[in-house]
Amino acid sequence: MILLTRKAEFSASHFYWNERWSEEENRRAFGKCANRNGHGHNYTLEVTVAGEVDPVTGFVVDLKQLKDVMEREVLSDYDHHHLNLEVPEFRATLPTTENIAVAIWRRLEGKIPGSRLQRVRVYEMPDLFADYLGE
Amino acid sequence: MKAYLGRRYRFSASHRLCSERLSDAENHAIYGKCANPQGHGHNYVLEVIVGGQIDGTTGMVCDLTELDGCVQREILEPFDHENLNTLEVFADRVPTTENLCLEIQRRLRRALRPEFSLAVRIEETSNNFFEYVEGAA
Repeated sequence: MILLTRKAEFSASHFYWNERWSEEENRRAFGKCANRNGHGHNYTLEVTVAGEVDPVTGFVVDLKQLKDVMEREVLSDYDHHHLNLEVPEFRATLPTTENIAVAIWRRLEGKIPGSRLQRVRVYEMPDLFADYLGE
Repeated sequence: MKAYLGRRYRFSASHRLCSERLSDAENHAIYGKCANPQGHGHNYVLEVIVGGQIDGTTGMVCDLTELDGCVQREILEPFDHENLNTLEVFADRVPTTENLCLEIQRRLRRALRPEFSLAVRIEETSNNFFEYVEGAA
């Protein structure tokens, strides 16, 4: 089995706010991430798929197809958008890096021909990332 | 739902790779320039990956401020800008980055709540790194 990873970048804004909490509780839990006007990041997305090498093409997955799926399923909705306000799955779920990784997994699962989704890694910043393995 | 949160930290320290159980010639044969008597230093990059259930209220695996505080207290304060060979923990073992990785894992494991899984990866230079993954063979 071979693992293959494709990277992509998207820029988006978000904020953390739990409606069930007071302003003070939100500030305490989320700090400056709770600013209601939001803030943004350049996210890096790494999608890892697992599969066998096709004896004819030598590919695990057609990279162009993978790129197109990532573009269609994720980037077209996330890039240069406000995650809380414009992406449906974050209307009721906080767009933390962990939840973004889960949401991207759900968008991609079963959509990549000929391979199995192995890992979604989302970097919010170069020093902070979340992995979701479908567990 | 389980996810993994990864965070990178940096610290700088010096070390010398040299075993008291080996002769000078053997140390130089095994460790090369890393055995030079006055030691040398690295900018280490530490990657800590904590796994756990995503909290339904906060949307987070763990509190980032708590994790930063834990790594600061357990790792960065004792190791940053120190000579690793002079630290008690390396009195009886060579401060290779393998041993440093094990020591960091031991300290963080002790400090983190048991329900979290933990993986530690440490880069000694941009070309070599060492990993400790719980449960890996």
